[in-house]
Amino acid sequence: MATSQTWLLRPFQERSTQLFLGVLFAALVVVTFLHLFMPEDSALHVSAYTVTLLGKYLCYALLAVAVDLVWGYLGILSLGHGAFFALGGYAMGMYLMRQIGDRGVYGDPVLPDFMVFLNWQELPWYWQGFDMAWFAFIMVLLAPGLLALVFGFLAFRSRVTGVYLSIITQALTFALMLAFFRNEMGFGGNNGLTDFKDILGFDLRSDATRLGLFLATGIALAVGYVVCRAIVTSKLGRVSVACRDAEARTRFLGYRVERVQLIVFVVSAMLAGVAGALYVPQVGIINPSEFSPLFSIEIVVWVALGGRATLYGAVIGALLVNYAKTVFTGIMPDAWLFALGALFVLVTVFLPKGIAGLLQKRRQKDDDQPGAQEATA
Amino acid sequence: MSIHRLLARMVLAVCLALGATLANAQAQTNAPEALLKRLVEAGQAEKTDLLKALSETGDERARGWLEAVRDGKLAMIEDTGALVIVVNNRGRDWQIADALTGEDLGEMSRRDLQSLRVNNALRADIEGILSVIDLTVADPGQRLDAARNLLGEVNEALATQLQARLQVEDNGQVRDMLTNALAIYQVEQGDVEAVATLSGSLNPTVRAALNNAVNSDDPALAAAAEKALASIEQKLKLNRAAETLYFGLSLGSVLVLAAIGLAITFGVMGVINMAHGELIMLGAYTTWGMQQLFPGQPGLALILSIPAGFLVAALAGIAIERSVIQYLKGRPLETLLATFGISLILQQLVRTVISPLNRTVVTPEWMSGSIMVNEALSLTLNRLYVIGFALVVFAGLMLIMRKTRLGLEVRAVTQNRAMARSMGIKATKVDIMTFALGSGVAGLAGVALSQITNVGPNLGQNYIIDSFMVVVFGGVGNLWGTLIAGLSLGTINQLLEPWAGAVLAKIMVLVLIILFIQKRPRGLFPQKGRAAEG
Repeated sequence: MATSQTWLLRPFQERSTQLFLGVLFAALVVVTFLHLFMPEDSALHVSAYTVTLLGKYLCYALLAVAVDLVWGYLGILSLGHGAFFALGGYAMGMYLMRQIGDRGVYGDPVLPDFMVFLNWQELPWYWQGFDMAWFAFIMVLLAPGLLALVFGFLAFRSRVTGVYLSIITQALTFALMLAFFRNEMGFGGNNGLTDFKDILGFDLRSDATRLGLFLATGIALAVGYVVCRAIVTSKLGRVSVACRDAEARTRFLGYRVERVQLIVFVVSAMLAGVAGALYVPQVGIINPSEFSPLFSIEIVVWVALGGRATLYGAVIGALLVNYAKTVFTGIMPDAWLFALGALFVLVTVFLPKGIAGLLQKRRQKDDDQPGAQEATA
Repeated sequence: MSIHRLLARMVLAVCLALGATLANAQAQTNAPEALLKRLVEAGQAEKTDLLKALSETGDERARGWLEAVRDGKLAMIEDTGALVIVVNNRGRDWQIADALTGEDLGEMSRRDLQSLRVNNALRADIEGILSVIDLTVADPGQRLDAARNLLGEVNEALATQLQARLQVEDNGQVRDMLTNALAIYQVEQGDVEAVATLSGSLNPTVRAALNNAVNSDDPALAAAAEKALASIEQKLKLNRAAETLYFGLSLGSVLVLAAIGLAITFGVMGVINMAHGELIMLGAYTTWGMQQLFPGQPGLALILSIPAGFLVAALAGIAIERSVIQYLKGRPLETLLATFGISLILQQLVRTVISPLNRTVVTPEWMSGSIMVNEALSLTLNRLYVIGFALVVFAGLMLIMRKTRLGLEVRAVTQNRAMARSMGIKATKVDIMTFALGSGVAGLAGVALSQITNVGPNLGQNYIIDSFMVVVFGGVGNLWGTLIAGLSLGTINQLLEPWAGAVLAKIMVLVLIILFIQKRPRGLFPQKGRAAEG
């Protein structure tokens, strides 16, 4: 017990983690204060809409942290993390669906609207239990975790790595997207799950619930960040970096590379699932488009922009790109894909270490000023 | 008017009585003109015989007359008694033409015309006679169609005629069809032996007739029909398998076309080009553009698009290589991201510049239609062309890689870049050429795809994952592997589709590949030796 505590507490002694958590909590407090105590007509007032939007960004940030964990520290470029995110989202969506009860359009006490519409008589077995919050919340972790476990077990055992792994993770999320588009799957097909009413008894449309979800997301991001830092600074993390840099050598040194990869991959998938679960009540819908390969690859570019293998870089990247997306799609929707495409190219060619790399360089320069001998990374 | 008609009928009746007795004696009056004349005056019962006699004269105009009679368009001018065919019977004045010469006689008030009346029984008789006429035309294809139309339509009168026809018919296919038509009639009449004739046929009408026979009261007939149906079912199954195979090969050749360019850029050069799908799209849009340049000549435009599509995609490929990929050498994951960005830009460019909607690409005449192998199996021509095209492109690529200087240099640079350079090979130039070749082939794939799918901004996206799967499945760096992987994946997909549905089949194939890669991470035909370590 004592060892596990030090393991989890170690990150709190790092300056970067303290700084990150400090900034994050300060932001949460400021937003809460501006939302609750500023008069509505004030320029400083933060509307409930903005709070939810920020909550959505924070979900993306958590997702980006999860991707950075496998890409930055394990060297696995997953192009399928959207699948874990969506699975977590669907688990939460199913809970919210069951919470609607008889308030749906058709008023069926058990069956969600789309099942009544499809003329289904009873709830499929895999929908059982989702009326209980604790069960649903466990499934949020379990569903993506299990998929990652099975997929990772098969992939890592046969030493599929690098580009191959990227491509089959993309195929995985593509296959899942096709599957979830089918009505017969029992997840609402095209339209997905929507029309949610309340969560844990709180009305989803009330401002207080929205603020609560925003704060919950912020806390989840903090916890996720600390867990990732804890993993990265532990022995497991150091071995995983070794796998990233020289897989064969690590194996020859006697480490069970595939186990390390599997553990980190599953943890990352679970974090993505949590992000998805927090995302769904805030945007009010989950549909198969979250499985689309484009979304998964977009996550990767957030991380690339922020700077991989830094974790806080992933958060910065996710916030920046999504803020830009909101602005762009508002002003000129056509230009967004141009901008995103250009971002992909520019970041990989000119900014391989991302924004975090720029920050580090500056700091190094400051440190190395008298020596004039610049470390070229 | 009614008195007129009454009188005419009485006169007719008298004539008939006379005519009937004189019919055999009056052989000379069997000239078509005379027969036609008598037709107008004849009673319903005699009309069929007259029409039959008319058809047997072998006169070329007989078909037109019969059709006119069937449609109630044969008429007589009351004053002159001349026979006319009504060309247009709208309004008060009818447009008419001379029945014998076909000469246009202008318009005439409908009051002055007396149309020949036909009832349904006669109409049915005429249909039968008409199909028998069609059986005597010179073109065997038309005869076959006529015979096919007779299936299930044979009645007692027709049966005797068909038997006569069978004696003189010299075309084997037409004979078979006629025999079948006759056999269906015989089976309907309860003839057990005729069932054996039908057992080999794939025609749906034959199957329907046999299905009826299975339910008949005669146990012997029912048993025989059941047996015949079973043998037909067996044959149909074979045909269905052949059809699935054909669709599978066709889908597979599309996959091969889409993936073979990738096999060069990814497999040989090790460059992950996520914009490959968009290069395919560019090829398809080139075809569309060429057809806009040559309106009304889709065939010429299509043929010109083959070099044009290659060039456009190759140039785009060179631009991508020079602007981005050369700076990311040895960083495959970054290359993947950057080229993905390029694919987004290209897609949006097409959406903005041309249209977000699908464009129509015309299929030239010589590519549309299908070849009918038998009653149950016909092969669409455009897919056949695509299969052929895929094989030609593959053979061409193999030749380039194996027999040309470029191929030699490409292989040298792939296997050992430093050594190749020290032998005087310009590695950068080889990189550009290889990438241009791979991209150009993607353009060719686009030209082919424009003939079988929608040409739209998302065209490339739909193929990129499949293409990567094919290359990975086949074994990176192995063109033969790509060919076999593409064809087999296409066939597997088509085999699964009937009982799993299109979407589920696709999912199953993806899962299958994911599982396969676990077993053989380097594909069907892994590279051996030093190149494999790269």
